[in-house]
Amino acid sequence: MGEITLPTVFANWFATRGWYPRAHQQALWAETRAGNHALLIAPTGGGKTLAGFLPSLIDLADRPESRTQGLHTIYVSPLKALAVDIQRNLMEPVEQMGIDICIETRTGDTPPNRKQRQKTHPPQIMLTTPEQIALMLSWPEAPSYFASLRHIIIDELHALYPNKRGDLLALGLARLSTLAPNVVCTGLSATVAEPDSLRRYLTPQTEPGSLASLVVGAEGAAAQVDILDTKERLPWGSHSALHAMSDVLAAIKKVKTALIFVNTRSQAERVFRELWDINHDNLEIALHHGSLARERRRKVEAAMATGSLRAVVCTSTLDLGIDWGSVDLVIHVGAPKGASRLAQRIGRANHQYDTASSALLVPSNRFEVLECEAARESVAAGEQDGAVFRRGGLDVLAQHIFGTACAGPFSATQIYDEVRKAHAYHSLSRETFEQVLDFVSTGGYALRSYDRFARLRRDRENPDLYRLTHPRLATRYAMNVGTIVEAPMLKVRLTRARKASGAGRPRPLTGGRVLGEMEEYFLTSLTPGDTFVFAGETLKLEAVRDTEALVSRARDADAKVPSYQGGRFPISIHLAARVRAMLADPEQWQKLPAQVAQWLTLQAEVSRVPNESGLLVETFARAARYYMTCYPFEGRLAHQTLGMLLTRRLERAGARPMGFVANDYALSIWSLRDVGLMIEQGTLRLEDLFSSDMLGDDLEAWLDESSLMKRTFRDCAMIGGLIERQFPGQKKTGRQVTFSADLIFDVLRTHQPDHVLLQAARADASTGLLDIGRLGHMLSRISGQISHCRLKHVSPLAAPVLMEMGKEPIRGAADDDLLSEAAARNTRLIMEASGLIGD
Amino acid sequence: MTGQVTEQGAEFRVNGARLIGDMSGAVYWPATDALIVADLHLEKASAYATRGVALPPYDTTETLNRLEACLERFAPRLFVSLGDSFHDNSWQERMAARDAARLVSLSRQIETVWVLGNHDPAPPSGLAGKACESLDMSADGSLHFRHEPIARDSAAFTCGEVAGHLHPCARVRQRGRVLRRRCFVEDTTRLILPAFGALTGSLNVLDSAFDAVFEAGHFNAWMIGKNTIAGLSANQLSPDRG
Repeated sequence: MGEITLPTVFANWFATRGWYPRAHQQALWAETRAGNHALLIAPTGGGKTLAGFLPSLIDLADRPESRTQGLHTIYVSPLKALAVDIQRNLMEPVEQMGIDICIETRTGDTPPNRKQRQKTHPPQIMLTTPEQIALMLSWPEAPSYFASLRHIIIDELHALYPNKRGDLLALGLARLSTLAPNVVCTGLSATVAEPDSLRRYLTPQTEPGSLASLVVGAEGAAAQVDILDTKERLPWGSHSALHAMSDVLAAIKKVKTALIFVNTRSQAERVFRELWDINHDNLEIALHHGSLARERRRKVEAAMATGSLRAVVCTSTLDLGIDWGSVDLVIHVGAPKGASRLAQRIGRANHQYDTASSALLVPSNRFEVLECEAARESVAAGEQDGAVFRRGGLDVLAQHIFGTACAGPFSATQIYDEVRKAHAYHSLSRETFEQVLDFVSTGGYALRSYDRFARLRRDRENPDLYRLTHPRLATRYAMNVGTIVEAPMLKVRLTRARKASGAGRPRPLTGGRVLGEMEEYFLTSLTPGDTFVFAGETLKLEAVRDTEALVSRARDADAKVPSYQGGRFPISIHLAARVRAMLADPEQWQKLPAQVAQWLTLQAEVSRVPNESGLLVETFARAARYYMTCYPFEGRLAHQTLGMLLTRRLERAGARPMGFVANDYALSIWSLRDVGLMIEQGTLRLEDLFSSDMLGDDLEAWLDESSLMKRTFRDCAMIGGLIERQFPGQKKTGRQVTFSADLIFDVLRTHQPDHVLLQAARADASTGLLDIGRLGHMLSRISGQISHCRLKHVSPLAAPVLMEMGKEPIRGAADDDLLSEAAARNTRLIMEASGLIGD
Repeated sequence: MTGQVTEQGAEFRVNGARLIGDMSGAVYWPATDALIVADLHLEKASAYATRGVALPPYDTTETLNRLEACLERFAPRLFVSLGDSFHDNSWQERMAARDAARLVSLSRQIETVWVLGNHDPAPPSGLAGKACESLDMSADGSLHFRHEPIARDSAAFTCGEVAGHLHPCARVRQRGRVLRRRCFVEDTTRLILPAFGALTGSLNVLDSAFDAVFEAGHFNAWMIGKNTIAGLSANQLSPDRG
């Protein structure tokens, strides 16, 4: 890129601060000015956001008329908080340069009167979310509203694009490319393994394979990553890293401010508590996770911004976004699960571009040492986790079509061509499109009984033209827009303890402060009197009322820690491959802490160490149960699916499996019959047991009963607009839930198994919670390479997964068995049945 | 009070009458050779479709499949539908001809009683059988059939009431798993049937709506699994919330 001179006002502004426009900022401006869509990849702290806005600001400053022509630039971010933060940071240079423009945020939290004003008087720059864009596109005024749009900036594109929100935004962009043909799209992203998928995302695929221009910022200084080597004994199966807390505290003491990342909210609670237990100097250590009340989180963020905290224990809520210059160390407790994720989190330290970030990895068990080492090497080598191509969700497409209809009549052919400009929908066939359109119109049923109740109707003259049958349907669309389907949450409200026992009626509970929100399913699994840790305190559940859980402070040391697992990702394919390679090569064990190397050596002595591409299966007996452990290293989700499928097969083989547990590395199934003996005698062949045809009929049969599948279907039904969202605080009315997604699922599966929503749910299940794609790759990889070790005792590698029992729910037992088991506890009935008590 | 799970289903007594709770959600009364179901809610999906919520239009077919299978198995002398047999009174405008014909033939083949419910307060036209608000029968015990249960402290309440309306289900935790299933609920003096319809949701028996019907902690829930029924006492169950 040659020399480009910035307009004077900008050049001066840079000069007065002693700054100069960086090469990537100039390059991005040149691309945008030339009308090219572009992707900017730069590490955090590289002036990425300013680079994104610079072309817009220059255009608005250069052409005064553009300031009166309505909406000029849309900035999209995955986080509401980020939009608000950017507004604050953007206002400063704009005011200093004296550009007279209006910059406003529009998120779900924006007050209705301002939203209304924005509809008639749009700002020049709007900072918003994918959901709001979808909503605005459903306005009948959308064509004129967006006609003036010149520029779209998508921040944190790497986090946004590979999911349903990304699909929704992609369809929005496709629509915008029609409404504002000259609009230029800019994506901002952290380093990714395959930038081309992001470049395609940013460009309408009118020519297949079109790519946005790529601008790459200079790499920041390499990060300094260390792994904590502890003198304490490293646990085999724990996830809490309690052994390392004094080391962590020592590390905090050495720096100004530390961010302590953990993988789940329950880990955050536990680490926070343990640190405070030994924090005799009263260092200011705070807690931040997605379930805490918003005011609490804001307080922590504000304290962080002023530099008055020494450390924050946090989850992925602080992965993205807001810059705090003062963080000089990132501590990662537990394994990072992915190389890209770790690089991102490390980038949160020291937002000065040119100085090295430093990070300390704290493995909480021996397997995690391997994973941490693999991640450290990946970061050093600059490797990223690969992204897989994502086919756009059909449920999201249904929502988009409905939204488009809300804006006005549309031509099906035109919309079909338009949605295929989005890369995720590029290969969508006309047939599938018609199925989705039919679903939006009349439910998409083979039995054409709803034609008279249609939501969309074809024009009599022009059968390609569709229109909404009733304007009230647009209101319903606005209420249900978006792809984020969250688990139902209850507010956690502090109240006074109920007297344990006493005369007369207990005092009614009165409400106090709200501490935050927790998943309904967790809270309802407790009974009043149970204790748990939340918001850094031990709490006792008093009662659940409507949408609130009333709790009191408790002094219980052995609190039942929240078992909710928000934000728990399986180990990435890339890291898992590195871990397998490390295991297979004893030379590499030298670099590991002595106790880990010994653990592996012991494993090699009593059994075998898994090799790089095959699968090791161990069997042993204990207390009349026969265990089979295998080590696929494909992550918890794929292992759970494998566990479900293997238990079905073992059942058929007569092994009488009782249940299984899985973690990121291994899977263990126990049975009443000696599986090891069956393998040795040849009555059970491992190649058959692990053959990939389990992904055929067995998978189908299991999916039919799987609660995961039902949950996935419910989400698709909600996003696709078949059933309405449940809003928080909305009380279930009447005497029963009118119908449930589960019942719809059952009826549809029986009568129309190829229905478009079932297609959508199956596609989601295979990439999402069931990780079937990954399982499939593994099964073909290990084919012909399965080895069996029949052991006397549990092996060193198997011990950690077996220790998950009791922490993880045991799966695999049939629901009916559980029901019968529950009935067997019903002593009253048993005694009655045996005639001990009569009528 | 007695109760057990046999090969036929759950066997329990209500006001002396020996009843069999079937896997389908129907109740069979051997002494009178009567089969009783509650809350079929036929044409429920199409009722929603008229308001723009296009639920799968297969619920009537599915419900009739299950009902016919059940009638075939028990081959009863009398068939009683305990109200809310139809989701609304204009079901006939929407029901597929094939389904309507099956219903007509069913009502002609077996002596049928249509107890009226709150969703279908008018007698169904075009079908055989008798329609009524309630029905009394006596054999090994006397039973009183109606749609909506009467509060136990009301003067109108009589022992032996068999009702529907509430769509009961129960929730139990076992080995870290939560199971929520439709169920029969009885306390030997009265019985509530689960909803039979394919698209009918259900309400936890610990919900306050059941307070007026059963004394807290003093009833049994017969939960319907995939291939088995499990009899649980009230104190083993957990509520949906709290």
